[in-house]
Formats: sequence, structure tokens, C-alpha cells
Amino acid sequence: MMDRTRLIGLQLAVALGIILLWHVATTTPDIFNVKTAQFFFSTPADIAARVVKMFSTGIIWRHLGITLVEAALAFVIGAGLGLAFGFWFARKPFLAAIADPFLKAMNSLPRVVLAPIFALWFGNGIASKVALGVTLVFFIVFFNVFQGVREVNQNILSNARMLGMNERQLLRHVYWPAALAWVFSSLHTSVGFAVVGAVVGEYLGSSAGLGYLIHESEGVFDTTGVFAGMFILSVFVILVDVLVTVLERHLLNWQPEQSSALAKA
Amino acid sequence: MAQMRRRLSLVETSTVVQPAVSLTGVSIAYGLKSGGRYEAVAPVNLSVEEGEFTAIVGPTGCGKSTLLNAAAGLIRPASGIVSIFGQKLDGLNQQAGYLFQADALMPWKTVLENASIGLEVAGMQKGEARAKASALLARVGLKTFLDRYPHQLSGGQRKRVALAQMLVRNPKILLMDEPFGPLDAQTRLIMGELLIDLWQADRKAAMFVTHDLDEAIALADRVIIMSAGPSATIIGDFKVDIPRPRDVAEVRADRRFHDLHSAIWSVLRDEVRKAYGQFAAEPEGAGA
Ligand SMILES: Nc1ncnc2c1ncn2[C@@H]1O[C@H](COP(=O)(O)OP(=O)(O)OP(=O)(O)O)[C@@H](O)[C@H]1O
Ligand SMILES: [Mg+2]
Repeated sequence: MMDRTRLIGLQLAVALGIILLWHVATTTPDIFNVKTAQFFFSTPADIAARVVKMFSTGIIWRHLGITLVEAALAFVIGAGLGLAFGFWFARKPFLAAIADPFLKAMNSLPRVVLAPIFALWFGNGIASKVALGVTLVFFIVFFNVFQGVREVNQNILSNARMLGMNERQLLRHVYWPAALAWVFSSLHTSVGFAVVGAVVGEYLGSSAGLGYLIHESEGVFDTTGVFAGMFILSVFVILVDVLVTVLERHLLNWQPEQSSALAKA
Repeated sequence: MAQMRRRLSLVETSTVVQPAVSLTGVSIAYGLKSGGRYEAVAPVNLSVEEGEFTAIVGPTGCGKSTLLNAAAGLIRPASGIVSIFGQKLDGLNQQAGYLFQADALMPWKTVLENASIGLEVAGMQKGEARAKASALLARVGLKTFLDRYPHQLSGGQRKRVALAQMLVRNPKILLMDEPFGPLDAQTRLIMGELLIDLWQADRKAAMFVTHDLDEAIALADRVIIMSAGPSATIIGDFKVDIPRPRDVAEVRADRRFHDLHSAIWSVLRDEVRKAYGQFAAEPEGAGA
């Protein structure tokens, strides 16, 4: 197993290497035409300066906040609906059989095509972005919970029955925890998709948020702005993911550790 | 069928003390994915009296778990009648506690929660249920493990939690399916002693499946031998007339133990061979 500090050191070295290469390629006149290169790729220094400026002037906070709110709402609503429907359908196989083709059809639809229609229905504000995120999160959670509840360990179920649990108690003590475990195990994916929904929605039409920022810069060929926006978005997603990991560890403490921190890092 | 039923009702009216578990002409078949049916257990008759500790041994895959599941009401027999204290069993056997062969603890509940849940769902106050459960957990040597989750326990510790989980509800009938299955010989001895200790207090009817003949004789009042499947039947029924209290370890040196052991083994040996021969020929049949 690799030493953790060594690993981080190597990862940093790779990052620095890429930045250095980027810097040299876009600022050394002998390699490419500097003007053209910078038009297409900007430079690491410019991007850093832009990021700093965005934070020092404070304009970024409003956009970050809006994206965060959209993603959070999309997650909560999508996961809540997915949990409820997944649970319900898993316990009522007949309903599930009826709904099956419709769910599959809806899930196979690329969500991007829904963005304009949501904008039409819900306006250009937060609601249409939340709706887009919800359609993404819902299916992930729904299918996970559906599967999880249907495949609850038969031994545990039989044992619980022999311990005298009635249907309601089985729901509370067996099905519900099993379903929650599946929600949490898909947490990284569903939170990720909540952010994707928000950003894509903003990108396709809005007046605020990270997706909007990136789209704005693209509209005026401001490559530096695009990269700065992408950088902030990546850091934002990573931070959210770290938060999810912490939450997961807290909520799923009854589960054996799945993979070592090293493998995840 | 009709005849059998008539005979049974005759028995019901004429006897005063009903057996705790009585299987009359019970056969069990599984429907296979391929469309066929696999008769695991051929019609068998078996009754376990109140206070009787019955061990069931037989080659692997013969249908011991299947028989226990029928007594628990988890599977419906293809034919015959399961009666519990003289009442025809319909649905789950509410009078029985079942210690499953496979791990069946709820992984999201701690040791204490797992052990007390049976009382809590029966309506007992949480505090009282937990107190009872932790007293029993202390008896099985898990006093310091109350807050652990099942995955943080060893196989033997998990079995002890399952034992406490079953016993805490004070069921009238104990169904135990290889409760010491994955344990080493020494731990089995200690667990066997513990089980007999707990059982001795208020002798319940027990059906105890094991693949360890020594263990069966050391613990039980009676040893039932099943033949190799398919269509397994009961091919031996031995009374263990070694007086109690017994020392589960020392009893193995007893003369009567030896005599019984060789008598039972002479019946069992051929069946075990048959089962292994069969599994060697068709390996997919070995799934339990
Ligand atoms: N759900 C099932 N569907 C089909 N066949 C089954 C099913 N469950 C068990 N069987 C078969 O029934 C037979 C008896 O199984 P059972 O689990 O009762 O055996 P067992 O005596 O408990 O074996 P072991 O000692 O290995 O636990 C086996 O041949 C098994 O393959
Ligand atoms: Mg078995």
C-alpha cells in the first residue's frame, strides 16, 4: 500500500506539472502564437487572478449560493420522491409492473431536452433548475430503493417475522433501514446529479448561478472566465462530495468500511 | 389425505397432553425454476413432546432446515399437517423461537437493539425490554458488546446474540438450525454447555439441528436421523438415556455415549456416503 503523504505529493506534482505545461505553452512566444493560444486556452495566472477577483469583489457568492440552493432543493425533493415511490412500488409489485414501461421511458430521456420545457412551465428562476435536478435525482434514488427493498435479505426478514413483527413493524425495522442504506449508498451519485441538474439548467437559460456565469463568459469568448467558472465549479463539487462522505460515515456507521480512505483519495 | 385427517382428529380428542410439535405425514417440495418439483422431504411423522430436547442429524442437503422451516410455519408442507400443541398450524408458528442457520441479525441494529427488539415489538416498554435483553446478553458473555454492530462481532459472538434474541421472548418451542455451525470445537463445547444451562431452567421443547453427532448425543434427549435426499425420511430415532444434569464435555467419556454413538453412526454412515456420492455426481445439488 502506498504511503498517504507520498500519494498526495505525487498528485500535487501532477497538478503542478499540468499547470506548468499550460503556462509555458500559452506564454512562450517561440512555441505557439501567444495571442491565439491565450484566446483558446487563457493562462493559469489569468485564471487564478480572475478567481481571486471574483471572490474579492464578492460577486461569486450570489451565484454560488443560488447553485447551492438549487442543488439542495433538487436533491431533497428528488430523493424524497424517489424514496417514497421506490418504497411504495417495491411493496406493491402490481403497481410497479404497470408503471415499469413509463418509468423506463422517462428515464431513458436525456434530461437536457426537458430544460426548455421546464423553463416554459416554471419560468427562468430557480424552480425550473430544481425541476431538472429532481428528474435526475429521482430515478437514481427510486431504482436504488426499489431494488433495495425488493432484495431485503430473506433470512433477516424471516427472522424478524419469527420475532413477532407485524407488517408495520417490518416496514419500520427492516424495510425502512434497508431502503435508507440504499439511498445513502447512492448519495454520491445523486448529489452529483443534483448539481449537474442545477448547472445545466442555469447554463441553458437563467440570470444567476455558476452555469450562468460560464455561459455568459462563453457568449463573449472570455476563455479566462469560462475556465475560472469551471475551476470554481469543480472545487464546489469536490467540497460537496467531501461533505457527503462525512455524512455517510456518520449515518452508515453500522456498515463495515467499504473501501479504505486511500482508495478513495 | 382424508384418512390421515380423520386419524389425527381422533388422536386430538383422545390424548390429554399434546406434543409441542407434531408433524403428521408432512412432505415438502420445492418448485424449481426449470418447472419441475423437487421433493426434499418425503412424508414423515415426528412429534416432539413438551420439555423434550430433540436433535436432528443427517447428511448435508437432506432437508433438516426444510423440516425446521415447516415447523416454524415459514414454508407450507406439500402434504400432511403440522400441529403445535394440538392446534393445526396455519401461518407462522407464534409459539416458536427460531435460530437460523444463516446470519439473520439486523445489521443496522446494535447487539442490544437486536436482542431486545422481540420484546419491544410485543409491546413491552423499551426500558424494561432493554434491561431484560442486557441481562440475557450478560449471561451469554456479551456484557461489554452491547453497543457493537453485528459486523463488528466474531461468528461465535453473532450466534450468541441470535441465541439471546431468540430466548429473550421466552418462546415455548425452540427451533435451532446448526446454531454452532461455524464455530471451532472448543467454542462449540462452551456454547453447548451454555445452551443446556439456559434450557435446563424451564425445559422447553427444542428441535436442534446439527451435523455433529457427538454434540447431538451430548445435548439431546433424543436423536432423529434423516436419510439423504431427495425424498428424505426419518430413518432412526434414538432415545438418549444418559441422566441430566450432564456435563457436556465429560459425557463423551460415558459408556452409554459410546454405545449410542456407534449405534447411530452405523445408521448414519451409509446416508452420509450416499449424500456425498450424489453431490460429487451433480455438484449443483449441494446448495442449501
Ligand atoms: N428454495 C429452494 N428451492 C429448491 N430447492 C431447495 C430450496 N431450498 C432447499 N432446497 C433443496 O432441498 C434440499 C434440502 O435443503 P435443506 O436446506 O433443508 O438441507 P439441510 O439438511 O439443512 O442441509 P445442510 O446440513 O447443508 O444445512 C437440498 O437438496 C436443497 O438443495
Ligand atoms: Mg440446513
